[in-house]
Amino acid sequence: MEFTPFEFKSRLILTELLGRRAATLPELTDGIRSVPLSSIYHHTHRFLQQHHFLSPEPPNDFAYWVTNMLNEDVAGEMLASIDVMQFVRLSDLRNRFLDLLEGYLKSVKHKVAGKCPEGEEFHFMSSRIFVISTGHVAQSVEEFREILKSVSIHSIYFHMFEARLRLEKGDNDFSIFLRSAGKERAAEEISRLDPYTFTLEGLRDRILNIVENSR
Amino acid sequence: MAQVKDYTDIVGKSVIEELFEIGKKAGSMKIQHVNSTAVGGGVAEILTRLVPMMNELGVQARWDVIKGGEKFFAITKKMHNALHGVPETFTDEDWAHFMEVDRDNARSMNFENEVVFIHDPQPIGLVEERIHLNNKWIWRCHIDFSEPRENVWLFLKDFIERFDGAIFSAPAFSRRLNTRQFLISPSIDPLSDKNRELDDEYVRSVFDRFGIDRKRPVITQISRFDYLKDPVGVIKAYKMVKRYIDCQLVLAGGGATDDPEGEKVLSEVRNAADGDKDIFVLLLPPSSDLEINALQRGSSVVLQKSLREGFGLTVAEALWKGKPVIASGVGGIPLQIKHKYSGILTHSIEGTAYWMKQLVNEPVFARELGKNGREHIRQSFLITRHLREYLLLSLSLYHDKDIVYL
Repeated sequence: MEFTPFEFKSRLILTELLGRRAATLPELTDGIRSVPLSSIYHHTHRFLQQHHFLSPEPPNDFAYWVTNMLNEDVAGEMLASIDVMQFVRLSDLRNRFLDLLEGYLKSVKHKVAGKCPEGEEFHFMSSRIFVISTGHVAQSVEEFREILKSVSIHSIYFHMFEARLRLEKGDNDFSIFLRSAGKERAAEEISRLDPYTFTLEGLRDRILNIVENSR
Repeated sequence: MAQVKDYTDIVGKSVIEELFEIGKKAGSMKIQHVNSTAVGGGVAEILTRLVPMMNELGVQARWDVIKGGEKFFAITKKMHNALHGVPETFTDEDWAHFMEVDRDNARSMNFENEVVFIHDPQPIGLVEERIHLNNKWIWRCHIDFSEPRENVWLFLKDFIERFDGAIFSAPAFSRRLNTRQFLISPSIDPLSDKNRELDDEYVRSVFDRFGIDRKRPVITQISRFDYLKDPVGVIKAYKMVKRYIDCQLVLAGGGATDDPEGEKVLSEVRNAADGDKDIFVLLLPPSSDLEINALQRGSSVVLQKSLREGFGLTVAEALWKGKPVIASGVGGIPLQIKHKYSGILTHSIEGTAYWMKQLVNEPVFARELGKNGREHIRQSFLITRHLREYLLLSLSLYHDKDIVYL
């Protein structure tokens, strides 16, 4: 693979309201089935972006709402346990949510009549992404490492999460760059990380550590 | 007046650099804001800051105010109430007069700008002018839109759907509309008198002036005297706590003097306080931003026990000061507080009393909530985020895709 300098980009978001709400589990299921994929991405990554300076284990919005507003603990746990890393396409991720919800609704059909309290409905949203340059370009792995130390966590977020799943590149940008620079092992190690189990600062440290060890 | 760069120490260098980068991408885009008042109220307050900041980033922003007589504003006040769910009757003549005033204003205004933001219902009729122009129009709704009355909703809907998009402050305000909808929350200005850092000497002087003892716990609610802020419920919660903890309660707010209902509420609050010397009911004049800032900073716990709330920026103000906040889970408050993480959400007087005791008795936990709350406000509810989102929205109107490479 030909070496290409790495341009650190960042992303900004604007949240769109879809005007669609759910008050029950079947309504949530219908919504998940019909909203755009950008909405599935939004609701599975919002927590991560909002609380990136805190602990990991971000639940997705669907699991949070089902557990806390519908008090459906079993369904909530099932939704929270979906391993987003296993998916490289948002349509497959959507189908996984639907499989779980439809299966759950079938298994407990006579018992699920739960409606959330008034005012606690689930509101479907999505986000528009604006990709901007940070102005930092690495011409070598050494420069890459130096910039990575101080670049904004939004840039790390963009290259690790957005590139893989929202842009459907199948892998994160850092691994793609390191491979082009001949750092196959470091690239592989970063690809194998589950970034959803780190804070973004923790992720920065881990990636720096991997790159450092590859020198 | 503070410059964009003055916010660097608060939000970090990268946020400011991003703003200038977006400004560059927007180039000399002309952005126009239109509302119905130049002074007073939250909309004017935010535009006073945002418009010069936009210009500083290179955008050509301007702000126009429509004119209307007493009759017009009586109608728009009724519309405001009806949007909040209050039953109001509108005659055909009301609607006709409303449109006549907006059309008169339109004739003397110039809308030749790339993006026109129309704030709230008063100038909404100006959107008729867009048929003569090839530009983008956005309706910015600052009001609680969760349960509008049918009559006013149907009237407004017809106009809203002529815009390229509508902005709401909370997800619950969105509804099925034949136009795009955006979520942009309001914000606080960390450099304003209401929110800037104060030295402890000044905070002490304010507490001394009101005779509040800082050696004992102080629980405070800042809001105007209004039934929807439930000040009497706050006193009931305080009395439940007072049996166990020797604390003081501060209820401070303004705006009651020219509002007959406000005076009634104030008198009920005073009755409920029942001569308790540890309850401080403070009716503050409009120019009391520094005093409010000091009262929030010097309190042990801050409450916002509203029954209804548009967004509830007093919550953001208190969280920004690192205070543990107990607030009702209504309107935009759940966007600001995640229960037991960045504050406490309650749904009853008893629940509020329970958490008041917990937070006064567990200052380490309370401090942690305040610390998380301040970070959350820094990330999501400061004026720099607000500015960024207005600019991104303006840019997005000229891009079709979900992912925009600037």
